[in-house]
Amino acid sequence: MKARVHVTLKNGVLDPQGKAIQHTLESLGFDGVEDVRQGKFLELEIAETDPVAAEAAVKDMCEKLLANTVIENYDIELVE
Amino acid sequence: MKAGVIVFPGSNCDRDAAVAIERVCGTKPVMVWHGDSDLPQLDLIVIPGGFSYGDYLRAGAMAGKSPVMREVIERAKQGTRVLGICNGFQVLTETGILPGALMRNASLKFVCRDVRMRAEQTDSPFTNKFGQNEEISIPVAHHDGNYFADEDTLDALEDNGQVAFRYHNDNPNGSQRDIAGIFNRRKTVLGMMPHPERVIGDELGGTDGVKIFESLVAAL
Repeated sequence: MKARVHVTLKNGVLDPQGKAIQHTLESLGFDGVEDVRQGKFLELEIAETDPVAAEAAVKDMCEKLLANTVIENYDIELVE
Repeated sequence: MKAGVIVFPGSNCDRDAAVAIERVCGTKPVMVWHGDSDLPQLDLIVIPGGFSYGDYLRAGAMAGKSPVMREVIERAKQGTRVLGICNGFQVLTETGILPGALMRNASLKFVCRDVRMRAEQTDSPFTNKFGQNEEISIPVAHHDGNYFADEDTLDALEDNGQVAFRYHNDNPNGSQRDIAGIFNRRKTVLGMMPHPERVIGDELGGTDGVKIFESLVAAL
């Protein structure tokens, strides 16, 4: 199955890249973009077929490598 | 003093660090490749600057999980002195040896220039040759040097005297509380964004980095 992982900066952690993107959107004439937060998207192809075991494994991967939990949150979505 | 410099694919200040150690300390350090998990007995481990693993995922993230780092973490726990410079500082925060994280510079620009800072602690193996709040100038060269930690962690760092170096009216990256370098609680590990190994002689434009290596010689 596939696991899709979103890694995003925690609330309260400044995101200068998101701010720069927001300003560029404004300069392109896109009004009303109140905030932009940039993150990462990872797609993992995993052999595990049991969703509970798969989620536990991906969570462990996030804690150990994919996210830096000092500054980032992660979100896991499993796709059959 | 027996020193070792860890070399990752993408390290690019490893030889500068080796030259600085040899020149100031008088002994040639051993160079340890990242894939080696047997680390010789060392008094000082240096994690040098550069772009280990091309900064993939996050600066220092992949290097932090390499075989040699498992051993470095063990040695750090036992009290072996560890100095992480620039990318080495990023690796130390990624492994959790030092608290916090190093984020993209607030300016979003790569900054490469001399920066003024103060040595705030004189009672560590890395800084015993400095005067209290001695002002020095050491170059930085980084894209991700913006030190971040939550308020409680920052307060604890201040209360425990773990802020080793602080930018003085000259913060190049937006780091919280102008932090340029921090110790672990026991002051046996130092991580810093500036490059002391680049200012060890007048022909290199300065000598303000020498005292860090002299301090280590005095301590070890």
